[in-house]
Formats: sequence, C-alpha cells, structure tokens
Amino acid sequence: MSLVFLVGVDGSDCGSRALEYAAERTSLKGAKLLVAHVIEWSQFRFSTVEENAERHKRREEELQRAHEEIVDPIVQSMRERGIDAEGIVRHGHVARTLHTLAQEFNATNVVLGRIGGSGIKAHLFGTVASTLVQIADVPVTVVP
Amino acid sequence: MKNIMRGAFALSWLATVNPAWAQNGIDEQINSAIKPAADAVAGFIFSSFPVGGVDIPFVLVWLIVAASIFTFYFKFINFRAFKHGFHLVRGDYNDPNAAGEVTHFQALATALSGTVGLGNIAGVAVAVSLGGPGATFWMILAGLLGMSSKFTECTLGVKYRNEYPDGTVSGGPMYYLAKGLAERGPGFAKLGKVLAVLFAIFCIGGSFGGGNMFQANQSFSQLVNVTGGEASWMADKGWLFGLVVAACVGLVIIGGIKGIARVTSRIVPFMAVVYVTAGMVIILANITAVPAAFGAIISGAFSPEGVAGGVIGVLFQGFKRAAFSNEAGIGSAAIAHSAVQTNRPVTEGIVALYEPFVDTVVVCTITALVIIITGTWDPGVDPAAGVQLTSDAFESAIGWFPWVLTIAVVLFAFSTMISWSYYGLKCWTFLFGESRAADFTYKILFLFFVIVGSSMQLGSVIDFSDAMIFAMAFPNVLGLYFLLPVVKRELNEYWADYKAGRLQRTR
Repeated sequence: MSLVFLVGVDGSDCGSRALEYAAERTSLKGAKLLVAHVIEWSQFRFSTVEENAERHKRREEELQRAHEEIVDPIVQSMRERGIDAEGIVRHGHVARTLHTLAQEFNATNVVLGRIGGSGIKAHLFGTVASTLVQIADVPVTVVP
Repeated sequence: MKNIMRGAFALSWLATVNPAWAQNGIDEQINSAIKPAADAVAGFIFSSFPVGGVDIPFVLVWLIVAASIFTFYFKFINFRAFKHGFHLVRGDYNDPNAAGEVTHFQALATALSGTVGLGNIAGVAVAVSLGGPGATFWMILAGLLGMSSKFTECTLGVKYRNEYPDGTVSGGPMYYLAKGLAERGPGFAKLGKVLAVLFAIFCIGGSFGGGNMFQANQSFSQLVNVTGGEASWMADKGWLFGLVVAACVGLVIIGGIKGIARVTSRIVPFMAVVYVTAGMVIILANITAVPAAFGAIISGAFSPEGVAGGVIGVLFQGFKRAAFSNEAGIGSAAIAHSAVQTNRPVTEGIVALYEPFVDTVVVCTITALVIIITGTWDPGVDPAAGVQLTSDAFESAIGWFPWVLTIAVVLFAFSTMISWSYYGLKCWTFLFGESRAADFTYKILFLFFVIVGSSMQLGSVIDFSDAMIFAMAFPNVLGLYFLLPVVKRELNEYWADYKAGRLQRTR
C-alpha cells in the first residue's frame, strides 16, 4: 500500500514548517504528497441578499485565489524537488474537511501546523489541530 | 379614478403653497404634501366590497383564496413537507462538492431577515388593537396557508432564475412570470411580459413603501417613544432621523460599504432570538394567564365583542397583518430565495415553508400573546400607536426592554430596507436595463423615501405601504395560477425520489 501524506497549508510560517516536515518524510519514503488548503466556511453563516446573489462568483474567486497564491506555488516547488505532489482547495470547517479529505484520498498520515494566521484565526487554528487529533482515523502529526 | 387623482394632486399642490403650512415644522410640510397622493393610491389598491357590513378589500380575498387553492392543489404541502424541510435546512442533503455555495439555511435566513421585522412587532399590535385578541387566530391561519404560497413562488423563483456569465444569479417573479409563461405559448408570452412589468413597477413601489417608509417611520416612532414621547426633543425631528438613516443606508447601497450590511445581517438574527426569548420569558412568567389568553383568542375569533364588523372585521385584521408580515403571495421572497445552490428547485420551495411559519405562526403569535397577557391591549387604544403598543406590553413586564426593543426595531428596519432596496433595484434594472445611471437614480429615490417615511404620520404611511406591497400580489398570483402545473411536475418527481430513497443523504 502506497503512503499518502496529507498536509494542511494556510500560507502561514507554521503551515510552511508543517509542509517542510511533510515534504522531507514524503521524499524519504517515496510517498505521495497532498497539499490541501481549506477556506473556512459554514453552511450556517448569515449573509445579505446581495452576498447570496454573488456567492457563486465569489466562491470561484476564492478557489482561484487560494490556488494561485497558496497551493499551486507549493505544488510547483514540490514537483521541482521530485516529489509527487497534488493540490486541493475546499470550503468548509477546517478540521472536518481535512478529515474528509484524508478519507477520500486514503491518506496514511495528516500533517498540519499547530497554529496558523494570527489573532482569532490563530485561536481557531489551535483548535483545528486538536479537533483533527480527536476525529482522525489515521495518525496526525502536529508541527509547532 | 381620474378625479380622485386630480383632486389628490390639487390638494398636494395646495398643501405646498399655502403659507399657513409654512409655519409648521418640516415634518408637517412633508406629511401634508405627500399624504393626499398616498391616500389616493391606497384607496385604489384597497378597492373593497361589502361583506356582512364590513368593507373587505379585494386584494386580501385574492391572497387568501390563492393560499387556500395552493394548499389543496399541493395536497397540504405545508404540513406534509414540514419535516423534510427541516432536514433540508439542517443540510442533510447538501452536496459536499458544493461547499462554499449558498445553502438552504443561508437562503432561508436571508429571506427571513427581510421579512421578520416591524410587521411582527408593530403590525401585530395594530391587528390586536383593531381586531381584538381574535385577530391572532386568523393571523395564524393565514400564516399556515401562506406557507403554500411561499412554496409555490420560491420553487419558481429558483427554477426560472437567471444565471449570468460572471457567476451572479438573479431570480424572482419578474423572471418566472416572463420566462415561465412564455413556455406555455406565444399568447401567454405576451401576458407574462405584461405581468412581469406590472410586478416590477409595484415592487419598486413596495420597496419605497413597506420596505422603506414604513420601516423608517416605525423605528423613528419607537425612538421618540423611549426618549420621552411627545416631550422628547426628537419628537418633531423625523426628517433628521430620516437623514441619518438615509446616510447609513446610502453608505451601504451607494458607498458599497458592505461591512455595515454584513454586520447587520449577523446581528439581526441575534436580535430576533433576543426578542423571541424575552417574549417567551414574559409568557412563561404569566403561564397561568396563557389558557385565558388562548380562550380570548378563540372566542374573539368567532364571537368578537366591540369590534367593528364582527367576525368578518376580526378576520380582516388578522389576515391583513399576516399578509403584510410574511409577504406570502407578494413575490418578494422569491427574489431572496433564488440564489440557493440546488439542482432541484422544489427543495427551496419546501425550505421556504418555514418562512411564514417562523414569521407569522411563531414570532407574531408571541407578540400577540405578550400584548394580550400583559393586558396592554384595550379596544380604545389608538390604532396608530403601532410599535408603541408592543413596546408598552414588554415594558410592563421587563422595565428596560423598550431600549432593547428600540435597538431591535432600528436594526430590523435597517436590514429590511437593505433587502428591499435590493428587490427594488432588481425590478428597476429589469425595467430600465443595467446601467450605472439607472442604478444610481433608483438608489437616490430610495434614500429620498427614507426621509419622507420618517417625517410622515403613521396612518398615511401604513396605508400607502400596504397598498404598494399588496399591489404586487395581483400580477404575481395571477401568474402563479398559470405556472401551477410546472410546480406540480417538479414536486411530484422530487417527492417520488424522496419517498423511494433516491435522494442522497450526506449526513
């Protein structure tokens, strides 16, 4: 069975450390690397009529921006290092979405940073790691 | 009719030139200039015929008959799809690949924040003071029937929405009337176009009336009320309040400051919860009075005392306020619901059942119970008091609540205005095409009516607002009758899939 490392990135330094850690393991073991970025989103968020009307357009823009600014450059540089890398961007609850992705792609290990971003987001990301540890059914590596 | 209009114009002209008026405040001037025209419009829309000694406006019969027909035609969809609607709202059937799109919950919450508002607070107070406790019964009944109207219009709103190349979506009666009827043949296409244009015109009127002037007027009246009533320094400064509100609305709709609208859209649901909780607390604290209150509601519904027009009069008040509050059959909700992500339009119709339910059956009933239980209702009270009556009812139980209510009222009014400015704008661009000039003209007019609304007296504002909003029901409901088979087909296919377990449950 082939090894698949799923790494969560958010453009922060801590996310980069998690990425570097995952990249090293991946190249050592000749595994596949999935670079995932989750855009925090809830189906229960309140919005205005106008926001709803433009939501589909915004979603496309968000996906595109996440690919262009975060995921694609990483995948590019990983491939240059000879790593079999693939990028994914999804909307959703960060921890639960990473969990779903791990199941979907048969990941054998999930790697993510302990904190990411700043302020409230940092607080949220702190709980991303702990939530994921609770719900994951594969080993989770939390990089400080 | 021509004579009435001519008279109205003559009156309004007289009102503006007569020097006697000039000595009064700015409010008085605005009021006297607009009132005759407003009254004339209201008089026409509410053309009525006498039933049992009461003049019943045709438009109300129109709405209630439609709601009843829809309820029977779809075999009590309002009850049989109720549970499934809850599962849809909870996201049990959401497509995981569509995460990030507008969910059923969001579409419903957005539509609700446009409807839950002053109709639930001020409107109910007016119904109970004019129709007695019994009006509540008819209001609830109208709410339950109205669910079927919402189901029909929201299904169509999604089915015939426009999806533009840039990724934005826009739907509503103007599109389903035009596109839906066109599918039925060339003759219908012409009718559809006429109905769509009529709807758009009335909707623009509604966005200036009930979606704007009424909101501004009632939030100002509550503000005056808590700051000392007649003696308040604000009492004659409606135009000033109007200016401030118009500035805030302007920042959002012209200035593009989305942050304000976004913050409001988050706070409004919270305020609604606070309002409902406070109502429940008062009801629970007086739990012993509840059976008597329900007794008064039931007996008042069928054998009212001291209400003009007896049973018909009570029924009229209840139906009228329910229709004004939940807007079922009016068509506005179809605009709000149409952005949802789904490939089965009927799902949004089922979700929309919850709108009149929450709005009328739950929130309006709570307001009515609080008014009845606290005894702040009495037949002699001034019906124009509107929101003040509800405020007094809450105050008698929770002394500081009027302040909270004031914040709630202002926020509800603000979010309703933002929603309606969008509905109106969509209709405006439907008529005049998309252009920056058209866009700007509408928005300036909208702001102007905010100021007018806060300067006028409730009586004429309420009549004009009602008139404009109810006028939308004529083209909308007429079109709905022709489109019923389309909805039926969608519903039957969907319901068969649902019953056979062919729908993918993702939770």
